[in-house]
Amino acid sequence: MKGNEAIAHAAIRCGCDGFFGYPITPQSEILETLALEKPWETTGMVVVQAESELASINMVYGGGAVGKRVMTSSSSPGVALMQEGITYMSGAEIPGVIVNVQRGGPGLGTIQPSQSDYYQSTRGGGNGDYNVIVLAPASVQEMADFMDLAFTLAFRYRMPTMILSDGVIGQMMEKVVLPPYKPRRTEEEIRRECPWAANGCKGRKNNVLTSLSLDPAWMERHNQHLQEKFRTIRENEVRYEEYLTEDAEYLIVSFGSAARIAQKAIEICRQEGLRIGMLRPITLWPFPAHQIQALSERMKAILCLEINAGQMVDDVRLSVMGRCPVIHYGRMGGMVPTPEEVVEVIKNKLTVKF
Amino acid sequence: MTREEIIQPSNLVYHKPTLMNDVPMHYCPGCSHGVVHKLIAEVVEEMGLADRTTGICPVGCAVFACNYIDIDWIEAAHGRAPAVACAAKRLNPDHLVFTYQGDGDFACIGTAETIHSLNRGDDIAVIFINNAIYGMTGGQMAPTTLMGMKTSTCPYGRQADLHGFPLKITEIAATLNGTCYVTRQAVHTVAAINRTKRAIRQAFQNCMEHRGASLVEVVSTCSSGWKKTPVEANNWMEEEMFANYPLGDIKKKDIER
Repeated sequence: MKGNEAIAHAAIRCGCDGFFGYPITPQSEILETLALEKPWETTGMVVVQAESELASINMVYGGGAVGKRVMTSSSSPGVALMQEGITYMSGAEIPGVIVNVQRGGPGLGTIQPSQSDYYQSTRGGGNGDYNVIVLAPASVQEMADFMDLAFTLAFRYRMPTMILSDGVIGQMMEKVVLPPYKPRRTEEEIRRECPWAANGCKGRKNNVLTSLSLDPAWMERHNQHLQEKFRTIRENEVRYEEYLTEDAEYLIVSFGSAARIAQKAIEICRQEGLRIGMLRPITLWPFPAHQIQALSERMKAILCLEINAGQMVDDVRLSVMGRCPVIHYGRMGGMVPTPEEVVEVIKNKLTVKF
Repeated sequence: MTREEIIQPSNLVYHKPTLMNDVPMHYCPGCSHGVVHKLIAEVVEEMGLADRTTGICPVGCAVFACNYIDIDWIEAAHGRAPAVACAAKRLNPDHLVFTYQGDGDFACIGTAETIHSLNRGDDIAVIFINNAIYGMTGGQMAPTTLMGMKTSTCPYGRQADLHGFPLKITEIAATLNGTCYVTRQAVHTVAAINRTKRAIRQAFQNCMEHRGASLVEVVSTCSSGWKKTPVEANNWMEEEMFANYPLGDIKKKDIER
């Protein structure tokens, strides 16, 4: 099935309580699949087509605030519109999942795939000092697998978690093993797991979920608390995959669909005797900085391959700190590089004397 | 006779709602918010819903409503309260979910969320405070500011060519198939307060009985924003505001779905 369909099926299967979304190419199959599946008749999952992405994310804010596993999905311009809700979720510490099936920008851009929302996703995206956890699937299987993981992380840390996919992964069809059915949590389970939720103050003091305080000393403490949480996440939740790095002299750092292209390019180069491997960040935030730093100690050069003008390359350079040369290659505007094109870059730019 | 001897259950004619927190309010003298807060606290208490109520507070003066009524609250982004309430209610259908919003929040920046939540027939109650001005930010022009009315952003008075016309969002709401109850009330007299309380109770009952969306507009005073004493503000409201925003039920109809 398509990556977008896999997301929808995985959501129903992982005990999702509600989906709130607005149509936009190339991810409309998510809402369409849910509408077709009618999970409100089976698991009781609520599905609402909202009037805008702004409404969608604020429905996620409301659903997360009452302790429910809720999500939305959109594509780049729609996720730009959601940034208000995402920063409010961060401030009020409300969990929820946002799926971004990226397309080329800026502006209305194109409906073709892109990875140009890396900055928007990993730097917070809205106002204030915050981060969201960002998972980058590189296959339809990972689209399905990351759904439950995203909810788990969102609730473990009470914050928004993003699945940053793109038009390639969303639209391509692959074999996928869907996760087993997991029931939605009961009211008792939610009350036990989410004592902070604003779901009626039965047997406890009332809860107020807000990101506002007019007392700067309080607000600084709140920010310090958030930063402490982000530090814990950086220490515990970094996920990545290494491919043929053991004997490698050259390294590609690439995520999502670009990593699939990189893998093919590496196979071609390996056949020609070039010792090259890949590190694929699975969490873009927290970024696998220590792992890239360690690998850079023994690399001659690193290529950052991403389908944008060069965004993750900043994080790679900050990790490498000049230990070896780092170059970037990418395409923009909905164009996707071919493996052969990447092989040329490896031969003519990466493996030359710097 | 001591105070304790006088205050006996048999003599009790009034008490502060138990859901009202014992904290000083930040509202200005003469402001309507405090009265409406008290009515909400009374109705929630009387309906026995305190432990399964979620209130959604707005951006505006009532951003701190959560400090005064002892129920669970979610503080929404400016104008988004109906979207937040939509999800909270659909995910907890047997809970009371209401929003509390001012004119800038409900009728300006949140117009899209307002119209679509009401039109979907979300089983929520909206308490809409219309004082024709942005109170918290210091008295700027609101969508409901009257023609000719002076505010800090229309210091020479609202004029049609520059600012357009007052938005009658409540009349618009009444045309939507998703609303079952739309009413406009005020809290300037004891009789009006009693009517508003009945309206809030009706709206909350509709929410619990899944009858669709309910909207209770409360035409309110903002003596600070209007630069009037509390008494002057009440008089001005009766003369000017009620002429443009007449009180009474606008719609009472079971929705079909």
